[in-house]
Amino acid sequence: MTAVEVEGLARHYGEREALSEVTLSLASGQTLVVFGPNGAGKTTLLRVLATLLRPHAGSVRVLGESLPGDAWAVRGRIGLLAHEPLLYRELTARENLRFHARLHDVADARVRDVLELVGIEHRAEEPLRTLSRGMVQRVAVARAVLHDPELLLLDEPWSNLDPAAVERLEPLIGASSARTRVVCSHDPGNGLAEADLVLGLRAGRVALLEAAADVTAEQIVGLYR
Amino acid sequence: MSATIPGASGAAGGSGHSGGAEAPGGAGAPGASGERTPAERNRRAGAAQPHGRTLAVVRALLRKELLVELRTLESVPGMALFAVTTFVVFHFALNRDSVDGDLAAGILWVTLLFAAILGVNRLFVADADQGGFDAFLLAPVDRSAMLFAKVLTLLAYLFVLELVAVPAFGLLLLGPSLGHALPALIGVLALGDLGIAAIGTLVAALAVQTRARDLLGPLLALPLLVPIVIGGARASSPLLALGHSSGPAVRWLLTLGLYDLVFGLIAFALFDFLLED
Repeated sequence: MTAVEVEGLARHYGEREALSEVTLSLASGQTLVVFGPNGAGKTTLLRVLATLLRPHAGSVRVLGESLPGDAWAVRGRIGLLAHEPLLYRELTARENLRFHARLHDVADARVRDVLELVGIEHRAEEPLRTLSRGMVQRVAVARAVLHDPELLLLDEPWSNLDPAAVERLEPLIGASSARTRVVCSHDPGNGLAEADLVLGLRAGRVALLEAAADVTAEQIVGLYR
Repeated sequence: MSATIPGASGAAGGSGHSGGAEAPGGAGAPGASGERTPAERNRRAGAAQPHGRTLAVVRALLRKELLVELRTLESVPGMALFAVTTFVVFHFALNRDSVDGDLAAGILWVTLLFAAILGVNRLFVADADQGGFDAFLLAPVDRSAMLFAKVLTLLAYLFVLELVAVPAFGLLLLGPSLGHALPALIGVLALGDLGIAAIGTLVAALAVQTRARDLLGPLLALPLLVPIVIGGARASSPLLALGHSSGPAVRWLLTLGLYDLVFGLIAFALFDFLLED
């Protein structure tokens, strides 16, 4: 089954074209890793797939539903880990997750479970503003998987995390999570290792789209030159 | 590391390489056709939800709002302090020991209006700055839940503001005693607050999306709130008159109620459009 199907996608901000003629297809359970320099359109692509931005041209189907028309049917089945943690700084980790649990109709027991899975339960009662960026990233991961989404959209998910945290969070958002994933990355080595499919964007256009086995690290580095 | 997700779904693996890719730069499909408006989508999403679920979301949003305000104290103390300071300024600027009737009602309502604007301006700031909008939009919930929660939040702010401002007004400026007028005045204030909350939420949701939100919020809100100040002042003027033998002006109470209803419906109809891209 195809989880993500994009054809001729375009999206602009005013006069500036952020994405143009993007076409790709990703099967369920697979991982698409998106490379590209800053401003290439990676985050815009994630936000379109997350239903937060409307495509201005082309067709987008996510989890079998057409966007933006049927976005309502996809919400709740997507987990987004963006640059911003989408958490309130004045609330504790537990309060933040409980709030998101209410939004997604998830039981409180699941909040306790994910706090434990991300290894933050001992700091769960502290306001987020007092936690380090790495700790906040762990809570953001907990938020992204709280409702057990089918599709994960991850924008540089391993940033701010130490090796122990990466190892701990890998089963939740990594290649072994058994979820369909779209991952934005700047790390050719690790990015290629976890990819089934590689998309290279440059100035909003597709510069590379191949199975990961056929892509070399040099090709990825070339996107940034 | 053996942590697993209970009930994790999705196809297994992720290691196999696949050519699921299509060639880039394929024929561009036409612009998305058959799109539904946000309101239509919201109705469909809402139709799939029991009302109890929407109420639970409103409660969660309201709890979050009040928790954030209790911890930051960014809105309500500023609103109350502004109102009390304004009464002190009026006290000296008018060079009068006391006011009553039309003048008293005008001072009270104009002060409450400007104090309310401070709260309106900050109503969505935490959501916009900390990603709360995105988090909310990613959830399968009725978008109106946020409207109701924000209106209730603003009503709570206004209630606390008036709890401080009205007695301060009675002490610093008002000639006649507040005692007899208070029950009717509370009713007039409640009607005015409903309108301020509905209009304030609508305007704040619009302004917060812009770079000039601190300027745009008051600029949009003030003209829309003027009828509430007029209605509120005219309705409460007899209550604040010396002797205050008559009740509130019913005609103005009805005007306030109608204005509340109209803007409540407008806010309900437009709110989805303001939230979505």
